Amino acid sequence: MKFVVLQFPGSNCDQDCFHVIRNVLGCSVSYVWHKDTSLGETDAVIVPGGFSYGDYLRSGAIAKCSPVMSAVHDFASQGGLVLGICNGFQILTETGLLPGALVRNRDLQFVCEHVYLRVEQESSAFTGASRTGDLIRCPIAHMDGCYYIDSDGLRELRANNQVLWTYTDRDGAATPASNPNGSIHNIAGVCNRAGNVAGLMPHPERAAEDILGEESGLAVFKSMLAFHQSGKAFNAASSAS
Amino acid sequence: MTEPTITPEIVRKHGLTDEEYRQIQQILGREPNITELGIFSVMWSEHCSYKNTRKLLKSFPTRSERVLVAAGEENAGILDIGDGVAIAFKIESHNHPSAVEPFQGAATGVGGILRDIFTMGARPICAMNSLRFGSLDSAEVRRLFRGVVSGIAHYGNCFGVPTIAGEVCFDRSYEGNPLVNAFALGALYTDQIARGAARGVGNPVFYVGPATGRDGLAGAAFASQDLTEESAEQQRGAVQVGDPFMEKLVMEACLELLATGAVAGIQDMGAAGLTCSTCETASRAGTGIEIELDLVPQRAPGMSSYEIMLSESQERMLIIVHKGREEEVRKVFEKWDLPWSRVGEVTDTGQMVVRHHGEIVADISACRLADEAPLYDRESREPEYLTKTRSLSVDQIPDLKPDEIGGALEACLAWPTIASKNWVYRQYDHMVRNGSVVLPGSDAAVIRIKQDSMPVLPNGEVRDFPEKFVAMTVDGNGIYTYLDPYEGGKIAVAEAVRNIAASGATAIGVTDNLNFGNPHNPELFFQLEQAIAGMSEACRHFGIPVTGGNVSLYNQSPNGAIDPTPVVGAVGIFESRDHIVTQWLKKEGNVLILVEPSEWDADPWFGLGGAAFTLMRHRIKAGRPSPCNLDRESLVHRAVRQWIADGLVQASHDCSDGGLLVAVAEMAVSGMVARNHPQLLGVSLDLNSAGATSGLRTDSLLFGELQSRIIIEVAPDAVEQLTDGIPAGVVSRRIGVVGGGRLDLSIDTSHVASWDLNSLHHRWWNAIAEKMDA
Amino acid sequence: MKARIIITPKKAVFDPQGKTVQNTLEHFGHQGISAVHVGKFLEVEISGEEDIEAVRARMDEACRRFLTNPVIEDYTLDIIPS
Repeated sequence: MKFVVLQFPGSNCDQDCFHVIRNVLGCSVSYVWHKDTSLGETDAVIVPGGFSYGDYLRSGAIAKCSPVMSAVHDFASQGGLVLGICNGFQILTETGLLPGALVRNRDLQFVCEHVYLRVEQESSAFTGASRTGDLIRCPIAHMDGCYYIDSDGLRELRANNQVLWTYTDRDGAATPASNPNGSIHNIAGVCNRAGNVAGLMPHPERAAEDILGEESGLAVFKSMLAFHQSGKAFNAASSAS
Repeated sequence: MTEPTITPEIVRKHGLTDEEYRQIQQILGREPNITELGIFSVMWSEHCSYKNTRKLLKSFPTRSERVLVAAGEENAGILDIGDGVAIAFKIESHNHPSAVEPFQGAATGVGGILRDIFTMGARPICAMNSLRFGSLDSAEVRRLFRGVVSGIAHYGNCFGVPTIAGEVCFDRSYEGNPLVNAFALGALYTDQIARGAARGVGNPVFYVGPATGRDGLAGAAFASQDLTEESAEQQRGAVQVGDPFMEKLVMEACLELLATGAVAGIQDMGAAGLTCSTCETASRAGTGIEIELDLVPQRAPGMSSYEIMLSESQERMLIIVHKGREEEVRKVFEKWDLPWSRVGEVTDTGQMVVRHHGEIVADISACRLADEAPLYDRESREPEYLTKTRSLSVDQIPDLKPDEIGGALEACLAWPTIASKNWVYRQYDHMVRNGSVVLPGSDAAVIRIKQDSMPVLPNGEVRDFPEKFVAMTVDGNGIYTYLDPYEGGKIAVAEAVRNIAASGATAIGVTDNLNFGNPHNPELFFQLEQAIAGMSEACRHFGIPVTGGNVSLYNQSPNGAIDPTPVVGAVGIFESRDHIVTQWLKKEGNVLILVEPSEWDADPWFGLGGAAFTLMRHRIKAGRPSPCNLDRESLVHRAVRQWIADGLVQASHDCSDGGLLVAVAEMAVSGMVARNHPQLLGVSLDLNSAGATSGLRTDSLLFGELQSRIIIEVAPDAVEQLTDGIPAGVVSRRIGVVGGGRLDLSIDTSHVASWDLNSLHHRWWNAIAEKMDA
Repeated sequence: MKARIIITPKKAVFDPQGKTVQNTLEHFGHQGISAVHVGKFLEVEISGEEDIEAVRARMDEACRRFLTNPVIEDYTLDIIPS
């Protein structure tokens, strides 16, 4: 399976994703520069964390206007797998590839700590290596990570099983105290209606190696690999947002 | 535009003495104009010239077989860590700017130290900081603290460097004059070292980065004055504004540019901006440099040559390019969308020549400007307050009663200097770059250096090397240094090295930040002189070089000088990743062992002199810090490192602020931050009166800060192996058993106190947040 | 010509900054504050001669497509002739 990792000038988790995909997952991976208009041959796109263009105006707002995002839009509408992590999630909501928006954390501070994520459904391309209810322990590191969506949108997310990961405590309960940023319904990550585009604020790539004390985040990447290997594919027509 | 006439008043406003002015006239062979006066004033400020401290700093050892770039040669020192890999690191202060505008002051402090690292050709891979504030009971202190922490977070997080460790202390002496010392470390291959030298006559000089504005005019000179209410108010405009995103672009572009081989020399524009970078690069290369200010990108209209030369606009670099290779440089700048301009060239005249609007506005010998700043021997006198602090006897303060022990430990753990700093480090991205092996909250942080930690190599070359693990810590104790400047300096080094040893690594170098008061005051100069001597002795003893650092003088507010605060950033390396040890308890049934010297120097205060407990409970700074015997200290380090290498040690923690009981409690409560198994594990602690503690007072036994002690956790069956192989001069004493949900304390087998671990954890973990929310 | 754009969080979106400012104002004794909304203010300087309505249309487009996120933000746009 071949991945590409996007590189915006202010990306700073690009190398981490690259490292995990190549050296831990054992897949082929290359970078695509933000000024490129083509993604080249690839099976999946990672939109990594960082501060894309300094995150002035709004996180991800300027990135959505970049040449490479048009290519990502085309790739996604043809059923390609796209995963946005942290700033990548913000960019995907800004471009409209994912529903909702990420706003300033409830406590108005940047927050970096380990959280528990509960896998909400195991049938997606991003969670297939896990079972529903499994817990992933991985770090978050963001200032604008509070997921917001209006009530109609929320109903739709639920109806279509688009909520993939929820913040919980170590026992898997989604409590107010285990919500690190004020996200609505403790939502940490969602996918689009078609299921080929997903985003999450936590960093699974930072919890994918024994030396860093935690490997459960690797499940997100393994799921993408397993989905690809299964030969399943998304219908191009249904994949546009 | 008419130039102002140089009057004695103008000279004084530039912080120059009459004698210094005469020296300027002599160097020039004429009167300086206002631009030249400004240039001399910043280059000869303490910040740039070390004129008051250079003679003292000469006592530091600066060489070892690992040193590739030594202190004073370049922007940061570089050490070889084997297999073709090297590290560059340095600490620098931004105290005064942070006092005036905490967010931007601290942010640009981080920006400055990161630039020092990538200027050397290294990729910054982690940062630390050492902070001091007044009491959190003051709303103004809380504002400063909040601003500084979010400023550091803003810059480091956006730039993409993990802020992996640090220390924060709170003491009234820092009220109005906080300390913000920022450390950064970068990695590079040994053949990638870049030099800040303007080599090659005829080579073009490029300016890269955002346009120059009137930011931070004369910030370097500003950092070398006493901070009065008036100056804080007046100079608010003098603080620079940082743009971490721009700095990330500049860093990536510089590393790519260095890989092309087109760069002859590179230097950041930090303090004194264009002035310092041009004359220093020329001076280092023994060349001259000529620049045209009309070519310098400018943000504000009508800037004078004085303003352009002294501006401290951030994120700018000066790059000297091999003639004929300008095209390669242009391509890289354009890839990263960076503003750049060719502003001049290298000459053979030895002069720094600056043109503006067709006229020469400065023409000064580069090396005399950079290297011939006056050096001073300041008057030194033992401070009078020492007679008072030393006249007190420990017998004059009441010992702890048995029923006070419970509350005393709780109070210690909730005391902001000792309490968990999670309120701080949660705001720092401390895990970006996937190299943070040991996170904030243990004795030393540990970073992994892997292939993507390195700067790019030419033509996409990939070089393999075994992953490296580097430990780092930053330490300093202002109260110890206030009470005994020599011992305080020595202990700052010893404690940093002890933290490195306790985490399983061997210290290989230190960088120091000397935060002191006005050097013209003989009593304050005494503190500086003695502390440097103490630090120097300790570095020599441990055989580790000082690879660079920073001096920040004039740290005083209207209330007086700060406690003299030498801060030491120590760096160590691991022989194997298996040697990495953290401080939190690991397993039920394990045994706690106190490792300490077998003999002690006399300490009439039994570890309570300058101790955190003494200050917290009795509100006094009195006595002397417990003396540190460096020979015995080394024996303890060596023993613990050996046991770690033998695989016997599961957790290890040094005894510092708060003494033995606080150290044990920290081992128990800090387990919640363990990445793999967050948990709270209790301890049954049984302290008996033997060795150093024989016949001690209760407060001294529990909270005294004797030096050279490390607590380790070992499996029960490892105890014998450990005691059998114990080296001479070191004793290991069994002090407790791990397990349960409580911390139980017995003294001489009688049970004296018991704490619920959850509630201890709560007090320790939330103390600072509660103060900040108040 | 200048375009002045005021961006505010949608009323339904939780605005912790506004809430914090409100709490602080109340702490300082300011009474009768029912809500505070913290948003952004942009001033766009436009050079060249252009029809004011054309500029308004252009800036309105920019607001909808880029300067604001319609999921979470509202805006008002004013064009000030020079």
